[in-house]
Amino acid sequence: MMGGGRATLEILQAGPHTSVQDAGRAGLARFGVPASGPMDRTAFAIAHAALGNAPGDPAIEVAAGGLTLECREGAVTVAVAGGGFHVSRDDGAGDAHRWRVTSLRAGMRLAIRPGVWGSWTYVTVAGRLAAPRWLGSAATHAPSGLGGGALSAGQRVQVEDAELRAERDGPIPCPAFARPRCAIRVVLGPQERFFSPATVNTFLSAPFALTDAYDRMGVRLRGPALRVRGPIDMPSEAIVRGSVQVSGDGAATILLADHPTTGGYPRIATVIGDDLDGLAQLRSHDIITFHPVTPEEAIEAARAGHRARERYRAGLSRA
Amino acid sequence: MTSDSPAFPRFRAVADHAVLVELGDRIDASIHDRVRHLDTALQVRPFTGFAEAVPAYASVLVEFDPLVTDHAAATRALRELVGPSAPPSPPAPPPEAAPVRDVLVCYEESLAPDLERVATRCGLTREAVVAAHLSGQYRVAMYGFAPGYAYLAGVPESIRLPRKPAPVRDVPAGTVLIAGAQCLVTTLAMPTGWWAIGRSPTRILRADSDRPFLFDVGDGVRFGRIDRRAFDAAVAAADAADPTRVR
Repeated sequence: MMGGGRATLEILQAGPHTSVQDAGRAGLARFGVPASGPMDRTAFAIAHAALGNAPGDPAIEVAAGGLTLECREGAVTVAVAGGGFHVSRDDGAGDAHRWRVTSLRAGMRLAIRPGVWGSWTYVTVAGRLAAPRWLGSAATHAPSGLGGGALSAGQRVQVEDAELRAERDGPIPCPAFARPRCAIRVVLGPQERFFSPATVNTFLSAPFALTDAYDRMGVRLRGPALRVRGPIDMPSEAIVRGSVQVSGDGAATILLADHPTTGGYPRIATVIGDDLDGLAQLRSHDIITFHPVTPEEAIEAARAGHRARERYRAGLSRA
Repeated sequence: MTSDSPAFPRFRAVADHAVLVELGDRIDASIHDRVRHLDTALQVRPFTGFAEAVPAYASVLVEFDPLVTDHAAATRALRELVGPSAPPSPPAPPPEAAPVRDVLVCYEESLAPDLERVATRCGLTREAVVAAHLSGQYRVAMYGFAPGYAYLAGVPESIRLPRKPAPVRDVPAGTVLIAGAQCLVTTLAMPTGWWAIGRSPTRILRADSDRPFLFDVGDGVRFGRIDRRAFDAAVAAADAADPTRVR
């Protein structure tokens, strides 16, 4: 391990929705502020763990359009994990089809290209990614642009206390729990009373497709109309990440990292936390189905998922 | 809503990490008192694993850490804090005990694009709309939709209008909006279908501050009228104090 300097990364190309994200700003939903943070929290955590970083530091969230950056000064080891993206250095080092840790020196380029699956990938750095903070967090709230902010070609990102950790260079294994998920577990409600039993049955049995209306706020689905029973007379209530909201036209939207904090449309079900990251790695036109679980089963899934992530992390640090 | 609904409070499991406590099914001051009561009680006596509470008009969403607790334990703790379905005990602080926050507003024509149409629809003069707006007894019911969007209940009957049929894009930050019994001062440029009747230099959301949000849920709000010159001066002063604002 060596370093302590500063590295400058220049963004040569970035697709839309590329932004700085950290673990998010939890606890402010009561003021209208969603937590934001990574769309795929699992991949974000893996990219940090692969470098031996503290979890939750700022990183670059790369969307489906990919990212090319060049190290303009200094040297820094970076990790890329999340989705089936192709990762390559311009000197051809490494297997381009795998998540990896790689060390960049001045003049080297890193290219991240979309692969056969996945919508989001994460670039973490051995050091501190300098980014503006808003309300205590560098997570970008995309609708306002507040926080670390969106990234686009021409921008430079500074890494403070940049280190080379070349001993970590190499592929990062992609565990089964970080793969995309099409069978989505939900707890019904909390406003399922606005729907007839037949409509709830349709929701739980029909396939739904993700549409192009997919961004950090949520993804609109295409499928059979989920008719709301009676007038929508509910006062606005809190929304969570994973809420499946049905608008007046019967279309369902799953709310994601930058969701509005409240809404006046009924939520037929809520996606459990353990399936949100795998859902976020799907793409427009992918097909999903919903599967009901009890609250007790949902809790057990959260705990089992946590144990699997901990085992994986322990394996990484032994490697 | 439906006849088989159990009496309030109702406790609904949300995914693997929250319980929604429903205290009523409509916008009503006494229901909102119960919301504030539970919200305050949670701040004073959080249960093990409690993460965050999000108060709304008639409900409180209570987030917890699923590695520490579960819906059943959270619901037991919440049941104790809510008490029986009778009025809350101890009662929520009366509205007059809550702080009253002052918000300046300029109703000049160029800053109030909908004032004329509101006046026409309500059968009032522009000045009468302004007087009615200033006379309202406002209370912060909830934040929602976007950062710093505080829903203020208390718009007087004479100027209550349904929202516009279609939203207008890029309504600037600081716009004073009304729709139905609700009033809101925007903090970001956002689309809205509410009626823009003025502009405020008072910042509800201040990025660089120990107290980033001007209001707490339950606070009273009093609007004070200023002219254009005072508005411009107040905006300049606020910009100097907090240059990070997104306009």
